[in-house]
Amino acid sequence: MEPTIQDTIGRIDTLWVLVAGVLVFMMQAGFLLLEVGFSRMKNAGTIVAKVIANLSIAGICYWAVGFALAFGATQVPADGETAGWLAGNAGFFLNNLPDLEIPALAFSAADPAAKFFFQFAFLAVSLAIVWGTTLERIKFGAYLIYAVVFSAVIYPVISHWIFGGGWLQVNFGMQDFAGSTVIHLLGATGALAALLLLGPRQGKYGADGKPNVIPGHSMPLVGLGVLILFVGWFGFNAGSTLSVADGRFAEVAIVTVLGGAAGALGAMATIWVITRSFDIGMTGNGVIAGLVGITAPSGYVEYWAAIPISLIAGILVVVSIIAIDKRLDDPIGALSAHGVAGIWGTLAAGLFTAPRLAEYNAVGEGGLLYTGSFDQLGAQALGVVAAFTSVFVVSFGVFFLIKKTYGLRVTAEEERHGLDLVEHGMWGYPEQFMPVPGTQYHQPVPPVDRPAARPAPLGVAARGAESKGRA
Amino acid sequence: MKKVEAIVRAEQLQSVQDALDDLGVSGLTVSEVMGCGRQKGYTEQYRGSRVNISLLPKLKVESVVPDEVVGSVVDALVSAAYTGATGDGRVFTYDVVDAVRIRTGERGEETVRHTGEAPVGWGN
Repeated sequence: MEPTIQDTIGRIDTLWVLVAGVLVFMMQAGFLLLEVGFSRMKNAGTIVAKVIANLSIAGICYWAVGFALAFGATQVPADGETAGWLAGNAGFFLNNLPDLEIPALAFSAADPAAKFFFQFAFLAVSLAIVWGTTLERIKFGAYLIYAVVFSAVIYPVISHWIFGGGWLQVNFGMQDFAGSTVIHLLGATGALAALLLLGPRQGKYGADGKPNVIPGHSMPLVGLGVLILFVGWFGFNAGSTLSVADGRFAEVAIVTVLGGAAGALGAMATIWVITRSFDIGMTGNGVIAGLVGITAPSGYVEYWAAIPISLIAGILVVVSIIAIDKRLDDPIGALSAHGVAGIWGTLAAGLFTAPRLAEYNAVGEGGLLYTGSFDQLGAQALGVVAAFTSVFVVSFGVFFLIKKTYGLRVTAEEERHGLDLVEHGMWGYPEQFMPVPGTQYHQPVPPVDRPAARPAPLGVAARGAESKGRA
Repeated sequence: MKKVEAIVRAEQLQSVQDALDDLGVSGLTVSEVMGCGRQKGYTEQYRGSRVNISLLPKLKVESVVPDEVVGSVVDALVSAAYTGATGDGRVFTYDVVDAVRIRTGERGEETVRHTGEAPVGWGN
């Protein structure tokens, strides 16, 4: 049988959604390099293990329950647009996926499998954002425990509210095209909860309470991370159209590039005004903040609006990083670049949304600038408050339990040696720490031949020492 | 004129530096070094194989000071570098034969004596 035009559109949409999902998936590499670059050398390797472990947990949890809670519906309700007020309820373990009703994404003809993959990649991004504040002192197991809760419950439920046809989207018309709130603010909120329970890195604050500088070890890696994220963002925003037929995805891509550019220049100009230096890290943070800021409005605004929105995001991120640094040790600027810029981006939709695009997306209405009405801005603010409050409460609870049971933070001595050594048994850059770079390490001498006095062992040795009688 | 040389923990550097500043020590040299004392390193693993990391990273702090302050400099170093755990390091003192300030050609103990002038180029 000849495929119909409708079949063909569905297949093209599937191709685009899957390609966009792969671009978003690649953002993991961006987060990895960004975090590695902003850490000291002794904490570089742990990030590799963390990103891979988190991505893996996210994939399996989202397959098992996440996607069902976020998007699944047992039947299309009478009004044809919502799966449930609080959470979805069908499609656990992707059961019967080809026939699964995904009412919130029904506007796209793409295959449900492509939609799942795309949404999974989003979850993985949100989870990656959580850990930016925790670098250089958190216990590795804490990543694994929280990743399960976040991927299986926290992210799916909130994304249902805003993406999946839940109460914020349907009842209040909150606009979040690609996830300034759903992805970025959620991640940053988890990051805030973790940070409040973790405390600052050793030496971050002096005896007088003034913040010290702990520079990251590689700005080239930060730059590579930022640019990989920028590329990934074309999947993130433009892919959120979930379809290609009318060319909207290309328009969203242009909005995205304008946003990243305005964010970079806004941040660079702001830090120059404050310190008279063209700060490398702040410029990188500016790109991210600009992109985060334009994420929610990207499908709702005209090209020109991307520039004021992201310029302000770029200014905000610098001011916010400097302000937060006085009290809270956020090594990578996640609270500012994803949290503050995420809130601003969400609110910006309430200001700049073009009525024709609100109508096109069938969510909410035009922004304050066009309509003179505060309705949309109010819906956006409600969404921010609802998402922030629920995620913060749940995340704080989870991290509190982790802290009381497994422990959230390595010991002071372990922190000095670096997480690479104590959690993973080897530095990320061994030759940096070798007495003679390029030589080899030797196998340990049998215990009987060793000097009697031994210091308390560290890391891997500490855990195995007692049983092997080498303490 | 004596040279005081201390092997200290990296994390104690700031307090060592502050203590020497308080005494008006005119200059110091810090280098990253690897070494072993009583700590003797530790065992770690890499891709399933055990490895013996026998040398630990430390910092070496060197300063040449006039005779009259040697005692207080050594005392200050010891108390600033002290944590009480194995691996706090050592302080050594040596005689110095001569010193020349390259810029002016001055010689002798005056070149290492702290003049009390405010440092230029800091804190702005």
